[in-house]
Amino acid sequence: MQTTFLGKTLHTPLVLASGVLGSNKAILERVWENGCGLPTMKSIGPAPREGHKNPTVIDLGNGMINAVGLPSPGYLNMEEEWQELSDRAFPINASIYGGSVDEFVRVAEFVSAKGPDFIELNISCPNSDQHGMIFGVNAQSSHDVVAAVKKVIHVPLIAKLTPAAPDIAGIAKACEDAGADAICAINTAGPGMVIDIESRSPVLAFKKGGLSGPMIKPIAVRCVYDIFRSVSIPIIGLGGISTGTDAIEIIMAGASLVGIGTAVRYRGITVFDKVNKEINDWLAAHGTTLEEIRGAAHREAL
Amino acid sequence: MITQLMPAMVKVAERKIHSPEFATLYIDEPIDFKPGQFVMVWIPGVDEKPYTISHHSPDRFGITVEAKGIFSRKAVSLGPGDKIGIRGPFGNGFNMGNGHKRVAVVAGGCGMAPLAPLVEAFQTDNGPETLLIQGARSKSFLLYPDRFTAKAEICTDDGSKGYKGFVTDILVQKIKALPANLAPGFDMVYTCGPEIMMAKVFEICEAHGIPCQVSLERYMRCGFGVCGACVCGHAVVCKDGPVFGSKALRTMADFNTRALLKTGRSVPLNEYAAWRCQ
Repeated sequence: MQTTFLGKTLHTPLVLASGVLGSNKAILERVWENGCGLPTMKSIGPAPREGHKNPTVIDLGNGMINAVGLPSPGYLNMEEEWQELSDRAFPINASIYGGSVDEFVRVAEFVSAKGPDFIELNISCPNSDQHGMIFGVNAQSSHDVVAAVKKVIHVPLIAKLTPAAPDIAGIAKACEDAGADAICAINTAGPGMVIDIESRSPVLAFKKGGLSGPMIKPIAVRCVYDIFRSVSIPIIGLGGISTGTDAIEIIMAGASLVGIGTAVRYRGITVFDKVNKEINDWLAAHGTTLEEIRGAAHREAL
Repeated sequence: MITQLMPAMVKVAERKIHSPEFATLYIDEPIDFKPGQFVMVWIPGVDEKPYTISHHSPDRFGITVEAKGIFSRKAVSLGPGDKIGIRGPFGNGFNMGNGHKRVAVVAGGCGMAPLAPLVEAFQTDNGPETLLIQGARSKSFLLYPDRFTAKAEICTDDGSKGYKGFVTDILVQKIKALPANLAPGFDMVYTCGPEIMMAKVFEICEAHGIPCQVSLERYMRCGFGVCGACVCGHAVVCKDGPVFGSKALRTMADFNTRALLKTGRSVPLNEYAAWRCQ
């Protein structure tokens, strides 16, 4: 199911969500070999950061809550990883974050020179008080960071958005106007909280955390649907996609590529091959193609 | 009920102090378990860490803790009635095989903890002939001295008990001492301990054509193969492991060489070990 995305050929339309597995070249490659068209690296930050204490990730059964807290070696401490990645046979999407426009620009300029295929701006992580979501809930600050980063990078820019934004379609439009080449939606929802009633304590060390997995799929589908109506750049749709029919659904909402993250928990690393097969089976059974169904849920209304 | 989902708050039923360094906390709850698997242990307000199950019966299990850092020192201070959160068990556990006739179990230091339930499972009427080779820095670091009926060879680095030297020396001796018509001499070698020791055990096994299983340790977060904190080369230690067989080890780039710090930075194993022991 070869797909072209922003001029790059991907062997499947599936993307590994940032923050899931992508910690080194070997695991990115393994995910790619298992049917992921575009593996995303863990978010790269402006300085070394350990993330939060455990518990950081809890499986709630119908999805997860997490506050890993953006651990990163820091963009200046990844030389060996870039060396290893330089002769890779697969595409990579480099996710980056910062605490200010200047930090985003500094990280982006450095990372762009290392030759990833795409740069994804994480302006949507709920798990840090100083990074991420504070940008993505406001159209002006989203525009400012995208415009500033766009000036200093030489690869396509993907803006990753949060469903916590009051008007995600408006944020997406602001990113497009600022020069974003694609939108990735959605980051985790919430944040939410789970409390252990025996110890009377929030379970996550950071207390609150982002929700992912099947429980947020309807939010993801709605966000992609709204964004598709407000922008003309392609959309990576993700949030609770676990099966081929989930993928078909978010493609009908308007996604060009489909991200998978939490489903690795429920179906293993081979989830990518499984979902690709299920998409193909569904398309074959219905005598249609991905191109034909993309945005199909809008057609009557358009 | 203890599951892989939200931590279940359970009471510590008993604490057994083995030495100034080691204590075992017992929990009177059933848990579905296979030797080599681990649970995530949560002390609210402190942290959550992975621990292997070192003792298991239908209505009780135990975890052995070495007091090293903030979390483990707090853990060994807990006593009857104190509550901890448990989720799990996670990981694959040891493959105990089918019809093994002769196995060796090689333990270094606290690496004895995951291997102990395995040795007990093998010590049944139909189990294989089991040779336990147990080593530690010194006598007080030798876990469970009177626990097993299996034949045991003891070694310490300082000679305070048993042979003065390494478990790997004994393993080589024992392989060579087996009659030549037994090939391979052991059907399987199981090992857990410092990674450099396990790498040496693996190397010895490879040289003698003996299959081997090692139990790895890396910094963990989720415990179920999603967050990527514990990757070792292409392997996800919490989910694909923590027990890995010879075939996986042959292609595992970072085995005995590198590990990720909490930031995700890949560093040489000695640097990782120094950080983990803080």
